[in-house]
Amino acid sequence: MDHLLVAENVSKQFGEFTALNDVSLEIPRGSIFGLLGPNGAGKTTFIRIINQITLPDKGGILLDGHALRPDDIRHIGYLPEERGLYKSMKVGEQALYLAQLKGLSKAEAKERLKYWFERLQIEDWWGKKIQELSKGMAQKVQFVVTVLHRPKLLIFDEPFSGFDPVNANLIKDEILQLRKEGATILFSTHRMESVEEMCDYMALIHRGNKLLDGEVTEIKRRYKSNTYEVGLMAANPEGLRKELEERFRISDTEFKSINDDLKLQIQIGEKSSPNDLLTFLTSRAEVNHFVEVIPSVNDIFIKTVTTNA
Amino acid sequence: MRNLKLIIKREYLARVKNKAFVLMTFLSPLILVGMIVLIAYLVNLNSNEQRVVAINDESEQFVGDFNDSDDVRFIDLSSIDLEAAKTIVKEQEYFGLLYIPKFQNNTVPDIQFFAKEAPAFGFLSQVEKTIGDKLTNQQLLARGIDVNLIEASQTKVEIGIQNFSGEKTSKMSTYVKMIFGGAAGYLLMMFIIIYGNMVMRSVIEEKTNRIIEIIISSVKPIHLMLGKILGTSLAGITQFVIWVILGGVMLSLVSIIAGVDIGEVHGPQQQAMEQISDNELQQLVIDIAKLPMLLLLVSFLVYFIGGYFLYSAIYAAIGAAVDNETDTQQFMLPVILPLMLGIYVGFFAVIENPHGVVSTVFSMVPLTSPIVMLMRIPFGVAWWELALSIGILILTIAGVVWIAAKIYRVGILMYGKKPGYKDLYKWLKY
Repeated sequence: MDHLLVAENVSKQFGEFTALNDVSLEIPRGSIFGLLGPNGAGKTTFIRIINQITLPDKGGILLDGHALRPDDIRHIGYLPEERGLYKSMKVGEQALYLAQLKGLSKAEAKERLKYWFERLQIEDWWGKKIQELSKGMAQKVQFVVTVLHRPKLLIFDEPFSGFDPVNANLIKDEILQLRKEGATILFSTHRMESVEEMCDYMALIHRGNKLLDGEVTEIKRRYKSNTYEVGLMAANPEGLRKELEERFRISDTEFKSINDDLKLQIQIGEKSSPNDLLTFLTSRAEVNHFVEVIPSVNDIFIKTVTTNA
Repeated sequence: MRNLKLIIKREYLARVKNKAFVLMTFLSPLILVGMIVLIAYLVNLNSNEQRVVAINDESEQFVGDFNDSDDVRFIDLSSIDLEAAKTIVKEQEYFGLLYIPKFQNNTVPDIQFFAKEAPAFGFLSQVEKTIGDKLTNQQLLARGIDVNLIEASQTKVEIGIQNFSGEKTSKMSTYVKMIFGGAAGYLLMMFIIIYGNMVMRSVIEEKTNRIIEIIISSVKPIHLMLGKILGTSLAGITQFVIWVILGGVMLSLVSIIAGVDIGEVHGPQQQAMEQISDNELQQLVIDIAKLPMLLLLVSFLVYFIGGYFLYSAIYAAIGAAVDNETDTQQFMLPVILPLMLGIYVGFFAVIENPHGVVSTVFSMVPLTSPIVMLMRIPFGVAWWELALSIGILILTIAGVVWIAAKIYRVGILMYGKKPGYKDLYKWLKY
């Protein structure tokens, strides 16, 4: 597979503290890659190493097949978690300045800024100072500045914090659009639902160690437990429950339904198929509800982190 | 290089467009000129008032010796007794009463001055001199010595100074050299204290605005540090030039309009100048003309800029190490100390012995060399010494900027922690 970014055995110590321990990752070109981990897991350190803010103690990063070089920062757009802008500078001047630092010419930067400001409907902020804007408004400007130089690799560290739902959605759509235009996106977050929605690939880091990585659907397949959620209408619910308990591992569950059913989660063995379960159930009761339980990223996250604690 | 230019431009504009900066640029000369005018006015006011001093001279020897001046008018109250004189002085609100009791020849009278406020030192010493001179002359006469003879036999000796190639020089030239060096030193110190701080604040700005990570992922920290130092310096120079021009224009305007002769304020210096004979004045002009003007000007520029950059880099390093301005206090003393040391070494060691060990060493140490070397140059310094001193200075600047950049890069990982010297050392090793 074609990988835009490859991390090879990256380790970083801060004194006694191990921020990253032998982490290897591969980020496929054109994908949205979610970097997950609880607070203090080492996500930001990893991102800072990609941005050459910190140097790794061991290991290295390959971008586009070559070891990172100082001017690679032109091919990277980085929206850090700790973000801000010069408070007393005007929005337009500031965006121009930051864009020029990334290597754009002034005219080019101006043209692209105009496009983006119109697109996000923030044209009338051009002459305002940052201190006159709200936090969410400033974040929009930061987003524009991050993507303006059309980098190959976009890195967003907790991009949705500070946005209201409307603007978070807007930014999400923009990110998806950027991917469509060919950018590769690295996403660092501990908000699982955004990973669920957007990411093709993910990696989970905990206490400096990579616990798992791969394609999101593949990981889910790996973590599914052959469990099905069923709703049953039976003449004798208690008897049915007993009978089921003898054959499978069952537990009570809750979901919305209009009937007063017996609601259960049933785990079948690796070898049996859902059809066998369904055949068994239809012979005993009326089946109103039958769904495979797919583990959410959240479940996987909690399960992996707690078993490795 | 392109980024460096961009950073310099932004830093310059950020300083210059700042409202407080603009305000101070135009207000400072106004305040300064206002103060000078006020002082001139007050001094004039003070000297315009003629004070009345009454004399109660029971010995009846001295009354005639006190002559009225612009400042003081004397009234003779010798005809009445002391208590009555005191009452009159109090009632009339005279400035004071000088009481000279009767006294035996060859003794010193017990003279008293009665006044509500303590009299000026100058006034008292003049009274003392008047009486003392008269008594001395009386004593001399009583011992049969002709006062005129003494006066006639007093001789004044002046030593002309020449070097071996026959060029004349004067004692004044040492002062001229000292003044040049001292003025340059003080100017540099002032500039460093005002604008060095500005560099520091501008470095801290990125942290308080939390833009630091965006910036550092776009530019090299060393470019950022250099850009800040250069941009702020240019803003400082802009302000300084405006101050000089505006201050000069306003001073001359005020002196024309208000008719206040500001030159007259400097009383004591003027007297000192008057004491210099015409001959010496001529020699002085020759001495000044003989100073290596081009060398002085070039070395002034080199050391001024170099010294300022060095200290700015130190300020930048301090700014890089802390999160906010209150945390900078503990680092301030080590910055100010070498500056003051430079000035003291300059005024004491260099004037005493421009080529002694102390002067030579301190003109090499980069923290003091901009001040000490500037003061040594008018006395003549070997080329290699000058080159060595400048070389050390430039290397040190580069080193400090590098250290500042290093600290800055590491400092972003340490939000909220107040660093000590130990941490700084550790950061250098990252």
